[in-house]
Amino acid sequence: MNIIEKLNKKEEARLLANGKTIPDFSAGDTLVVQVKIKEGTRERLQAFEGVCIAINGSGLNESFTMRKISYNEGVERVFPIYSPLVESIEIKRKGKVRRAKLYYLRERRGKSARIAERTSGRGIDQTRGKKK
Amino acid sequence: MHGTVDRTGILAKKLGMTRVFTDEGAVVPVTVLALEGCQVVAQKTQDRDGYTALQLGSGVAKPKRVSKAERERFAKAKVAPKMKWVEFRVPGENMIEVGASMSADHFVTGQKVDVSGISIGKGFAGAMKRHNFSGLRATHGVSISHRSHGSTGQCQDPGKVFTGKKMAGHMGAVRVTTQNVEIVRTDVEDGLILIRGAVPGSKGAWIEIRDAVKGVKVDDLPMPGKFSAAAAPKKPEAKAKVAPAFADAVILVDGIGPKGEEVLAAAGVTTLTQLVALSAEQIAELEEKIGKPGIFAKEEWVAQAKEMIGGAEPRAQVDKDLAAKMLKEASSEKE
Repeated sequence: MNIIEKLNKKEEARLLANGKTIPDFSAGDTLVVQVKIKEGTRERLQAFEGVCIAINGSGLNESFTMRKISYNEGVERVFPIYSPLVESIEIKRKGKVRRAKLYYLRERRGKSARIAERTSGRGIDQTRGKKK
Repeated sequence: MHGTVDRTGILAKKLGMTRVFTDEGAVVPVTVLALEGCQVVAQKTQDRDGYTALQLGSGVAKPKRVSKAERERFAKAKVAPKMKWVEFRVPGENMIEVGASMSADHFVTGQKVDVSGISIGKGFAGAMKRHNFSGLRATHGVSISHRSHGSTGQCQDPGKVFTGKKMAGHMGAVRVTTQNVEIVRTDVEDGLILIRGAVPGSKGAWIEIRDAVKGVKVDDLPMPGKFSAAAAPKKPEAKAKVAPAFADAVILVDGIGPKGEEVLAAAGVTTLTQLVALSAEQIAELEEKIGKPGIFAKEEWVAQAKEMIGGAEPRAQVDKDLAAKMLKEASSEKE
């Protein structure tokens, strides 16, 4: 393992040292992400619930894109998986999709933007299993 | 000359880039620089050289590939041959002894530094890439020369292109210094320095890191620097170079044969130095095991061992031949 990889592994371990676990989710899953928000001096958590439409990168550089419809307006947000601002990730519902990137959802609204629930296959038994 | 910098810099190798997260959640892009055993190789003094500076070397060079003159220079400094070395101008009072290994926490987290390196060569580059020219228009009658530069001067008067006119040409592969980059983190154990943002040069390039010439000075910088003294890393080096003056094995003592050696080895005594260090009680115990009380004194084992440590040849002819063989093996191993 080269030094940069070692450094990245160390950084990953450091960021997960507080007991944060990353569930094994994939595109199409409905997630609830607890985001730390700083207001002045105090800190609070804000939930961002939506569909994960893409997972990018790997290791320390891994990030995922979430999409939700908020007050009739599509909102997308990208979270780095290892960011200390992402307090927790919870899988609410596994989705049945045939693509890794669900960018087609951007052109869809309402009924056609639904994703069927997946009840079998990879990662169903372990909802909060550690990734990889 | 780095007039305002009064402390030595460090020579490090660029490993590449990655990212780190701050506790506030910000992503910081960092360049990872490795010290690669950065050591002081020589001192330049006012008396001898007319200026004061420290010569630092990094990396490991195969001794075979270093010229004899350079090899001797490193041998004199008692450091292993270095791949790359560089001088840092340092005032006389902040000199560091030769052989000292620089430590990554020479630089403090949050401190600003200047980094110098040889930039990546771009070859013959056009004016757009080399000087950020805008090029010509995409349409309106422009043909073929969309990325060319425009006019390079006037007409018959002056009738020449002024020297220094920015044109296409060779780009990159020159020494570049980036000023005021921040030290994000240092790792003393692995000898790594993490610097915010990019640093000139390719991966594997040698980079000079110095305290920033401009900007706010940090007061609590370690002076004259953070390093570990020469002794520790020097020792194995010095040992490897000096060929052993005597073969260090108990079997060479006249009177100790393969059987005696076995018994001694079982008691943890394999070298002459260990034999000499034995106390009277230990000797008595060993004699009992061998089954010959008083044999140590009778055959003068300890005295023999002392002689051999002093450089004398073993007493018995068999042992002499054996010792010569051992010495030969030992010296060939060292090479």
